[in-house]
Amino acid sequence: MSNKINHHLNDAILMAYSAGTLPEAFNLIVASHLSMCDQCRAQAETFDALGGEILDQSDATEIGTHSLDETLSLIESGPVDTIRAPRVADSVLPQPLQDYVGGDLDAIKWKPVGMGVRQAILPTTREATARLLFIPAGAAMPDHGHQGTEMTMVLQGAFQDDDGYFARGDVEIADSDLHHTPVADIHQDCICLAVTDAPLRFDSLIPRIAQRFLRI
Amino acid sequence: MNDSPGSARMLWVRHMTRIRDDKDRQAFAELFGHFAPRVKGFLMRSGADASLAEECTQDVMAALWHKSHQFDPARASVATWIFTIARNRKIDLLRRQRRPEPEDLAWGPEAEPDQEDVLTLQQESKILGAALAELPENQRELIEKAYFGDLTHSEIAAETGLPLGTIKSRIRLALERLRHVMK
Repeated sequence: MSNKINHHLNDAILMAYSAGTLPEAFNLIVASHLSMCDQCRAQAETFDALGGEILDQSDATEIGTHSLDETLSLIESGPVDTIRAPRVADSVLPQPLQDYVGGDLDAIKWKPVGMGVRQAILPTTREATARLLFIPAGAAMPDHGHQGTEMTMVLQGAFQDDDGYFARGDVEIADSDLHHTPVADIHQDCICLAVTDAPLRFDSLIPRIAQRFLRI
Repeated sequence: MNDSPGSARMLWVRHMTRIRDDKDRQAFAELFGHFAPRVKGFLMRSGADASLAEECTQDVMAALWHKSHQFDPARASVATWIFTIARNRKIDLLRRQRRPEPEDLAWGPEAEPDQEDVLTLQQESKILGAALAELPENQRELIEKAYFGDLTHSEIAAETGLPLGTIKSRIRLALERLRHVMK
């Protein structure tokens, strides 16, 4: 939380996160950003407060006659909570990502995608895809546009594209009209979390063929 | 309901303390009476049938008991806290997904929150509630749908017949109004 974050989540995404209507992969990138950004976390909790007021003011639905008693016996039987794995301190990965990777950076199962770029697809529901990307310092991602929304958050290093300079914690939100070629900063290899709700469209033939095999 | 420590929100907060410290079933029954029927309504509007919603509501209310030590009244109203538990249960059960949660904030070791902070937060939530109640009907309805209907903005567009741009700007307008009241 020490570095300054310049590119944040927007209200539409924070509200949908609070309402619980986003696909799992998007929830993952939002939770990861909130772990690093107090400003967005406060905003997200404000949307939770709005949800609480809506709940409070909503109409009561009829509940079962024995509902309270059943709940009290449920309480007697004890909590069912699963315990969260302990957080690896000072990790490049915020805790929500550690939960999905099953550990720290060394637990990531990278697969090469060419040009030194590596990726690891994380286990989420299929409405949207979450992947970790490793881009060597100074290298470019293939030029691509998208059919849906793509969100990219930097975890290590930085990248630059037509929209600006993105460093640790920054999120780029790209809609289908943005067409970009992110280039990793020369000083350090770049690790990002990228989430897409539709397959990326690549502009040269070879990446497009590769796309079928790589689930990019 | 008024702004004093005797307001409904502060009453719920004290109920939570009684549940946490004394395993007080009477306090639980009163919270249950107000919130369980609303949690069930929330789950049904999100697509659960009555029996699933009932089961799920009982889970949510049991979680309120077991997690009562985690409730921080300087950070959320009781309604907000219950909403987040119900929302997570909805994702879990109805959408069959894990809910990634942000890193836990480092809390003081079991520190009791400052009473003044608690009062301030609870009063702010009351102002937010009043602002929500006073929104023009069409804006209020869209905000409710965004939370309760399990609909994306484009699905709301399809349901209400309003263009997506109109919906987005109405929601923005409603949020602006809420923010204005909060200042």
